[in-house]
Amino acid sequence: MSLLELKNISKIYGELKALDNVSINVEKGEWLAIMGPSGSGKSTMMNIIGCMDKPSLGEVLLDGVDISKESAKNLTTIRRDKIGLIFQQFHLVNYLTAVENVMVAQYYHSLPDEKEAMEALARVGLSERAKHLPSQLSGGEQQRVCVARALINHPEVVLADEPTGNLDEANENIVLDLFRQLHREGTTLIVVTHDPEVAEAAQRTIVLDHGRVAREVINENFAD
Amino acid sequence: MSKRKMFFRMITASLIRRRSRMLVAMLAIVVGAAILSGLVTIYYDVPRQMGAQFRSYGANMLFMAGQGQSSFTMEDVDKGLSHIDSGNLVGVAPYRYESVLINEKPTIAAGTDMAGAKSTSPYWFVSGEWPDESGEVLIGKKVASTFKLVAGSEMSVRYILEASGDEVEDATMDFTVTGVLDTGGAEEEYIFISLSDMEALTRKENAIDLAELSVSASQAELESYVKDIGDHVPEITPRLVKRVTQSETTVLSKLQALVLLVTVIVLALTMICVSTTMMAVVSERRREIGLRKALGASDGSIIAEFMGEGLLLGGVGGLLGSGLGFVFAQGISVNVFNSSISFQPLLVPVTVIVSILVTGLACLQPVRSATDVDPALVLKGE
Repeated sequence: MSLLELKNISKIYGELKALDNVSINVEKGEWLAIMGPSGSGKSTMMNIIGCMDKPSLGEVLLDGVDISKESAKNLTTIRRDKIGLIFQQFHLVNYLTAVENVMVAQYYHSLPDEKEAMEALARVGLSERAKHLPSQLSGGEQQRVCVARALINHPEVVLADEPTGNLDEANENIVLDLFRQLHREGTTLIVVTHDPEVAEAAQRTIVLDHGRVAREVINENFAD
Repeated sequence: MSKRKMFFRMITASLIRRRSRMLVAMLAIVVGAAILSGLVTIYYDVPRQMGAQFRSYGANMLFMAGQGQSSFTMEDVDKGLSHIDSGNLVGVAPYRYESVLINEKPTIAAGTDMAGAKSTSPYWFVSGEWPDESGEVLIGKKVASTFKLVAGSEMSVRYILEASGDEVEDATMDFTVTGVLDTGGAEEEYIFISLSDMEALTRKENAIDLAELSVSASQAELESYVKDIGDHVPEITPRLVKRVTQSETTVLSKLQALVLLVTVIVLALTMICVSTTMMAVVSERRREIGLRKALGASDGSIIAEFMGEGLLLGGVGGLLGSGLGFVFAQGISVNVFNSSISFQPLLVPVTVIVSILVTGLACLQPVRSATDVDPALVLKGE
């Protein structure tokens, strides 16, 4: 059984079909990239996989549970327990330090543990910057805090939206190396990106166009 | 770390590290709490302050002779005074009135204790000096005009001790006018001498016709004194000067109603200001709220965090405001009433609790709107 199954899902806004009968399977431990131009349905798909929206038609099975019929309250619980989110714009709470930002995810999930949060920051190479506010961190450092926050609750799936979109090449490589490390450790990664280099780092790429799966590419040269 | 500890860590970080925004709300709460605390202090202190002011308008209690008696003694006055809290007694002036002749013209002479008259009738205006020795007299303005007397003039006062047919036994005393009394009332037709001079002139000792008292107390307290004295000192009939006591009560209740009204308006304005600021805070933190929801925060958590910030703000603002309120009330008291007020410790928790309640109410609508934020907006980057 796949970890995530999208079965014939459509998302319809009036006359517009943001997603049109899309079916995708993601296996546990897989690294999937989703590409496509603006308006292709990437964001809609991210929202549905991230339990922030529901499809108009079709089923979404996450770990065997159909999340397309769940209430908003249950979706919040599923998102908290099973999904780690990484954003293009980092979205750190600007008045909390790096370690506090990681602890916020713990706070909503279970119990805050500063030691564990510090270990997560150490894992992304930021133990020295733990007490700094986001405004005192570079873009790359902020994204690494975002990665540490996404991983702190050991989610089933890490969902990254343009994770390198605001980073320079050096920081892009640092983040991709982190993803490779996560993949080696068995984390399931779904990365939405415009950047072909980022997509090429994944095992498989799905290209969306006008709400449909235009093509699927298996990365033959994939290497951890 | 417990969830509660993290909760306080987050809300204190929000208030301390975002202080420029929160200062506006804090300032509104501090000002509101200061005015609340100050006005409540004044509300409860006004009767005391105004009571002292009202005493400048003259006596509000009289001692008259008991039933079937024409006069009473100073010992009776002291017995009556023993039923009045000494701290409330501003002054007492015993009076004895006799008809005397000045240049063979009948005039009323009042024998009194000058210091007592000064304290019970502080509104009397004297041109010259108050008498302070035997042989000195204070004369009413009309008497001065009738007999062409001024301060420093000499005058003789004749008293008819006994008259039967053509035989008249009288006594005469010479006095020096020390001052002329201007009251706008009947006192301007009297002359005022000391009680001892009155006793010497009339050869009659220790007989008081009337005692005027100035007592700083509420209407209820005054009524209780009157009842007490009436029950225990039969030689005296105590009476309230209703014109004075009733107008005191009316003015006080109107003043207190005004203070109450201003307090309510200030609290309402504080609430509007805090509500507006919190609405702006929620609006500018929509992305953060969306992020928190994306991380799994329930609506309850979002409400608790924003309400927690608001209530903490209310508590700290209330605490600062209660201190400032005392300074505010003290300033008003010193400048308006010329006297200081004492610090009421109970007002601190009351002000803090009211500030927290007002802030909580003000935060209700903004916090409710915070739960409407769609977490998907953070993914959209909007």
